Amino acid sequence: MDFDLTEDQSLLVDSVRRMLADQYGFEQRKTHMKSIEGWSTAMWSAYAEQGLLGLPFAEADGGFGGGLIDTCLIAEQMGRTLTLEPWFTTVVLGGGFLRRAAPELRAAMVPQVADGSLKLAFAQVERQSRYDLHDVATTARHEGAGWVVNGRKGMVLHGDSADRFFVTARHAGGPRDRGGIGVFLVDERHATVRGFRTVDGGRAAEVEFDQAPAVLIAEEGLPMVEAVVAEAIAALAFEAVGCMEMAHTMTLDYMKTRQQFGKPIGSFQALQHRAADMLVALEQARSMSFYAVQAAAETDADERRRGVAAVKVQVGRSGRLIGQQSIQLHGGIAMTMEYACGHYFKRLTMNDSLFGGADHHIRALADDGGLVQAA
Amino acid sequence: MDLNFSAEDIGFRHEVRAFIAGALPAATKTWMVAGKSPTKTMVVEWQRILNAKGWAVPEWPVEWGGPGWSAARKYIFREELQMAPAPSPLGFNVNMCGPVIIQFGTQAQKERFLPRMANVDDWWCQGFSEPGAGSDLAGLKCRAVRDGDEWVINGQKTWTTLAQHADWIFLLCRTDLAAKKQEGISFILCPMGLPGITVRPIITIEGGHEVNEVFFDDVRVPADMLVGEENKGWDCAKFLLGNERFGQARVGASRERIRRLKIIAREALDGGEPLINDPDFRRQVTEIEVELKALEMTVMRVIAADMKRHDGKPNPTTSVLKIKGTEIQQGVSELLMKAAGPYAWVDGDPDEEGSNEWDLAPDWAFGLAGTYFNWRKQSIYGGSNEIQRNIMAKAFLGL
Repeated sequence: MDFDLTEDQSLLVDSVRRMLADQYGFEQRKTHMKSIEGWSTAMWSAYAEQGLLGLPFAEADGGFGGGLIDTCLIAEQMGRTLTLEPWFTTVVLGGGFLRRAAPELRAAMVPQVADGSLKLAFAQVERQSRYDLHDVATTARHEGAGWVVNGRKGMVLHGDSADRFFVTARHAGGPRDRGGIGVFLVDERHATVRGFRTVDGGRAAEVEFDQAPAVLIAEEGLPMVEAVVAEAIAALAFEAVGCMEMAHTMTLDYMKTRQQFGKPIGSFQALQHRAADMLVALEQARSMSFYAVQAAAETDADERRRGVAAVKVQVGRSGRLIGQQSIQLHGGIAMTMEYACGHYFKRLTMNDSLFGGADHHIRALADDGGLVQAA
Repeated sequence: MDLNFSAEDIGFRHEVRAFIAGALPAATKTWMVAGKSPTKTMVVEWQRILNAKGWAVPEWPVEWGGPGWSAARKYIFREELQMAPAPSPLGFNVNMCGPVIIQFGTQAQKERFLPRMANVDDWWCQGFSEPGAGSDLAGLKCRAVRDGDEWVINGQKTWTTLAQHADWIFLLCRTDLAAKKQEGISFILCPMGLPGITVRPIITIEGGHEVNEVFFDDVRVPADMLVGEENKGWDCAKFLLGNERFGQARVGASRERIRRLKIIAREALDGGEPLINDPDFRRQVTEIEVELKALEMTVMRVIAADMKRHDGKPNPTTSVLKIKGTEIQQGVSELLMKAAGPYAWVDGDPDEEGSNEWDLAPDWAFGLAGTYFNWRKQSIYGGSNEIQRNIMAKAFLGL
């Protein structure tokens, strides 16, 4: 048991941290947000140069053979900086499917992902599905030698910049059956995409598929979707911890400098205790993010589902407390768009909701028997 | 980074579990499964079994009888005891006074006291709190004045847990009135049988007798009963309290209680169905399970960090363990009581009074309310949870 980073991991974290510190200050982020893409193409190239885009793929496929923990460490840094680029969607979500795809497809796509020329997105959410991965109305059927996909997906993160979509679509069974859900790859040229801004300053899209030619990735694809989403939840947990740590640190700095009643507000015990509770919440979330890496790697699907649900609950609860209290302890200044604190709060709020918020997962976990088995 | 226990450590867990299963007296186990605190006899009997095995003092160095386990193994051992459930080695001896003597004591003190502590030949109790010194521990007034080769002790201690069983007490006494309050305190050992000592029970809200007032009236102890330097007792106290907080996570104990809760919630009916089928109740249980998993990982992080530290100082994140550990235990005790519904109303222990011949309530219901009431102490003792927040604000947050 060892929670310390290896030398390679430390080097990775340091280099990403340095790059983002130099090139991704809060003011620079505002500029990136105003660009046509809503994020920085220059930074995207920089990520490729640093090897971040090819990191989790096998070396044989053109990647760098990193593990989930390496991906998570990058996610934490992305969280600290509130980066806007489609890294999570391309590398974690898209990459998760790509790593599980057929060798020919990996050979064709991984080098392009790694060099930044191919961006990916995961088209999953539908109007009725809420957070249920198995609630799929989009259809897929055989046509000629291949498949076509029909339907509409919402909240496709970075859907407006994606070159390819991994899409869940039903080829058999009823609307909420676990069976009959395939995973398909669709080229953006065969989709109608309407992009928009998300509350955290990112981008997403509504994506419509009308007789879209599709490549089959997995015919009974739900287990693959769940495995990929479990890894994504681990990365999101680390990202959230990065956001929480920044929000907490900013709050402490402010408490030490902001003077009221002739002294720093951090000298008031009522406020000190709030800050201490934020630290407890942060430490619990950080602990749970480590557990997320373990849980996502669990081979027993039931164990994995329970584990990642618990992660979502703890991280969501901690993020909410830290996000809300960081605003409260700052006072009015944190309500302004100009100030970074509120942006961490907004990202934490959206992070919680991705793949189901704490409320969704606590119910699921409770229905699933919880974590402790009665003897 | 490797977040798993090694295969050897997992093997060790099986070894510990098998030993406890074979050696723990059945009556003790049954008693503790029912949620009752082990009696003095049970604690002594079990600790002597552990001591014979060489497992009574996991935290101590090998030189003084410790088994030489890594932090991970100490954790596994503690957790297996709590999950059995079996009595833990007596904390006053093993986790409080023993480590202080090892860290600060003289060779003569170590030789005299440590082997007897390990075997509970002496039962120790802790004389820290006073009527006027609770959270503000350094405000204590109990005096020790040097008179020739002796210390003369006058004053009062309170909340002294299990003083009624104790052979010895370790005390914080004021030895310099002029110094700044933390700097005039000394750590002194005192036999409980000396003339001038009076122990008065305090009955707590659930009706139990755990804590006491202890009065000192011209009690004379030899000068060599001072541990560490005169007026440096606060260092011993801080060291001890840091160790104490670490033990308060009690992850295994909470897991054992949650198991018990789930068993009870299958038997207890609500709306004609097992209580566990009620989504609202189930959700309350699950909320605590999630917190407990996070705490377990936090404990692991502290252990992993400790395995790389050799300065012997307690890890400062122990305040997090104390706050969360006690909140979780209190939360589980509340759910256990709620699970019993109206059958939680029976006061005391009908088995002890021999009055359960009428089968007043299901066996599992007795004592659950008492434990809930009693466990409110957890967020108060060992440095209240508010004091832990003060420590965090000061020590890590720089406020």
